[in-house]
Amino acid sequence: MGEVSNQGLQSGGFDLTQFYGVFFEEAGENLANMETLLLAIDADAANDEDLNAIFRVAHSIKGGAATFGFSDVAELTHELETLLDRLRKSELKLRRDMVDVLLEAGDVVKAQLARHQGTAQESPDTTDLVARIRKLAAGETLAPAAGVRKLRVRIGPLADASTADGIAELFRDIPTLGTIDALDDGALSADGYREFCVATASPDSELVELFSFHVGRDQIRISDFAETARTDAADGRADAPAAATPGADPGYGFFVDPKTLPAAKAPAAAKEARPNGRAEKSASAAALESTTLRVSVEKVDQLINLVGELVITQAMLTQQARQFDPVQHQALLSGVADLERNTRHLQDAVMSIRMIPMAFVFNRFPRMLRDLAARLGKDIELATVGEATELDKGLIEKIIDPLTHLVRNSADHGIEMPAARIAAGKPATGRITLSAAHQGGSILIEVRDDGAGLKRDRILAKARERGIPVRDDMTDQEVWALIWEPGFSTADQVSDVSGRGVGMDVVRRNIAALGGTVELDSAEGYGTRVSVRLPLTLAIMDGMSVGVGDETYILPLASVVESFQIERGTIQSIGGSGRAVKVRDQFLPVVALDEVFAVPRRGQTRASEIMVIAEAEGQRIALLVDELLGQQQVVVKNLEANYRRVPGVSGATILGDGRVALIIDVASLVRRARH
Amino acid sequence: MSASTGFENVAVAAAATSREYLTFRLGGEEYGIDILKVQEIRGYDTVTRIANAPAHILGVINLRGVIVPIVDLRVKFALGEARYDAFTVVIVLNVAERVVGAVVDSVSDVLELAPEQIRAAPAFDALLDAGYITGLASVKQGDAERMLILLDIERPMRSSDMGLPEVRRH
Repeated sequence: MGEVSNQGLQSGGFDLTQFYGVFFEEAGENLANMETLLLAIDADAANDEDLNAIFRVAHSIKGGAATFGFSDVAELTHELETLLDRLRKSELKLRRDMVDVLLEAGDVVKAQLARHQGTAQESPDTTDLVARIRKLAAGETLAPAAGVRKLRVRIGPLADASTADGIAELFRDIPTLGTIDALDDGALSADGYREFCVATASPDSELVELFSFHVGRDQIRISDFAETARTDAADGRADAPAAATPGADPGYGFFVDPKTLPAAKAPAAAKEARPNGRAEKSASAAALESTTLRVSVEKVDQLINLVGELVITQAMLTQQARQFDPVQHQALLSGVADLERNTRHLQDAVMSIRMIPMAFVFNRFPRMLRDLAARLGKDIELATVGEATELDKGLIEKIIDPLTHLVRNSADHGIEMPAARIAAGKPATGRITLSAAHQGGSILIEVRDDGAGLKRDRILAKARERGIPVRDDMTDQEVWALIWEPGFSTADQVSDVSGRGVGMDVVRRNIAALGGTVELDSAEGYGTRVSVRLPLTLAIMDGMSVGVGDETYILPLASVVESFQIERGTIQSIGGSGRAVKVRDQFLPVVALDEVFAVPRRGQTRASEIMVIAEAEGQRIALLVDELLGQQQVVVKNLEANYRRVPGVSGATILGDGRVALIIDVASLVRRARH
Repeated sequence: MSASTGFENVAVAAAATSREYLTFRLGGEEYGIDILKVQEIRGYDTVTRIANAPAHILGVINLRGVIVPIVDLRVKFALGEARYDAFTVVIVLNVAERVVGAVVDSVSDVLELAPEQIRAAPAFDALLDAGYITGLASVKQGDAERMLILLDIERPMRSSDMGLPEVRRH
């Protein structure tokens, strides 16, 4: 890493590191943009607009990387630029193999940037990739064989022809290196050169390294055999073709004499095109700048915290103001009411800053499915609905993994092989639909596929095998619910995509941890639908405050079903320690909060007499509390920031009087009561 | 930039020769901690108890919107009587990238100590883990001379029974 920051410091003579963040962010967005464009592009009828846009991405990353001294990124993007430039000028026609290489290059640039950011250690080896990009830029197709290339090697100028014989010997000594044939009968050409034809799978840098045992590095010249006819024409100089500095990276793009590059015209052409490209870019950038503002997440979070404080203060004022006589203090009380309304609006407005569209999540799936479909040998198309639906940034980031899992499951287990689909009278191309929509105070995300659907018999058989009690007359809903049991997988074969049986229960647990629920619906032969419901934000929650002893706890209102006063004798003990209560013909486990949280009773003998029925993960428990104190919106604070996770507690909040109240994690109490 | 460099150098030179310590009392003993770890000092207020936490963790308080755990150093080091009254003081510390409140009997002074005033602590068998003690200092006040136990306050706050993970999750 030291090397990186040094480079950064040198360029420009003053500290550029302060701009790194902006560059990484922009480069990340640019790469994501490029990927989207590449995935959408139709290789047979590529649109000039798209090709130009992709070119601009490579160009602007290259520019930024060069400025900040990230030479590896600049080198790779330079190669990309060369290829893209020829594409956009219609000198080359876009082919599928080019799209593949471009996508791969995008991934490598991402990895390189991650290394510079310090989030990854390994610098990816680009030698092979660069070679392929160059080949494509030269208008060749990629040989499907294991990278064996036919090269023309020119050595010279030499004083004595036999100096180069050592090179031929190398190929005898190292059989894996390939083969070499002399193109001249062992004699020097008129200007003192010898020429060989080499067939090898090794990168140029490795050849140079080996050859330099016998001849000087600056005497070696390697070019593609097929294209030497062309390069020879333009060739007048004998510059060092490969890494001239010992120990330098094999990223030789920077050191190559542009003339030896097959796309010799590209840099010049790119220069001509630049003013045009920049003008377009700055025009669109200007339009963007006038309407949006790039702000760091920390600033927004600080704002949200401050508004949270304001809400607490306002709640306190409202509480205090109730003591005043409404007739005498009319102005004060109406002021407090105004404050309450304005605070609420301010809070809504500030919370909306953190909202980002679901497109952020959905956009990563086309690429994933494309790779997955190729690996599985299936035809899958993806449809997305409601990408503009907004969700809190924190939730968006946490929902990516569960959704990825669900989409993978659909592709792997849901969608059938093309032949099986045709046999079932369905189109050969399977369809996975991702949708998002707001519903009340929550967001509903669905993953649908038109695949084989779940097989009831298989699930029941599997459940019996696992020792899960099942009956044949269970409803479909009950059968599908078995899927969420730990260690349950019905895939016939474990594939590397999914099917190890660690999936669905983890998905459900992760979604439950976000305060969400997940449901599954399926029809055999027609497909499966998984619905995920999430709260819009994690920062604010409707809570019910309950009193236990002298302490106050908050129950998330979303998990409260009902509450009532218990009658004597309704709670029955089971097996000595367990207790249950019968509510509407259902026996529920009883959890006394004063026991769970070891609330000191200080001589009071009063027992908890209020029962709150709470639900989480589809199961209900009866919580015993002393009293119900009221309902209020609470700002959720995390305990882990300065302390640690506390069992049975999901967070904390600040009450109107400034005291801290703990928020009860109903799901963990349910798990504790059930097991 | 260049103008402030001179000041920094002076500050660095001063820090190398002497450091400031906040001194406080636990039972009959007087302790000193690096003042740079101290964020603020405030009176003791009711804390919200956390179920099943170790005895020296009294609970959490609301410090201007931040939830801060409160540790009673008297319980932690088994010194003196854990009494809570109008004089009980909480030292709010910034340690290991966290904000933690420490309850002590009283705060006495801020002292500047030169390295030559600090002696290495002898090895002794005490309830207080000797690893927490960075040294002993004797302070003259008029004719009286008193001993100050210098604590590395990060160590007890990081120790496993605090339950704070070594590295904070980002």
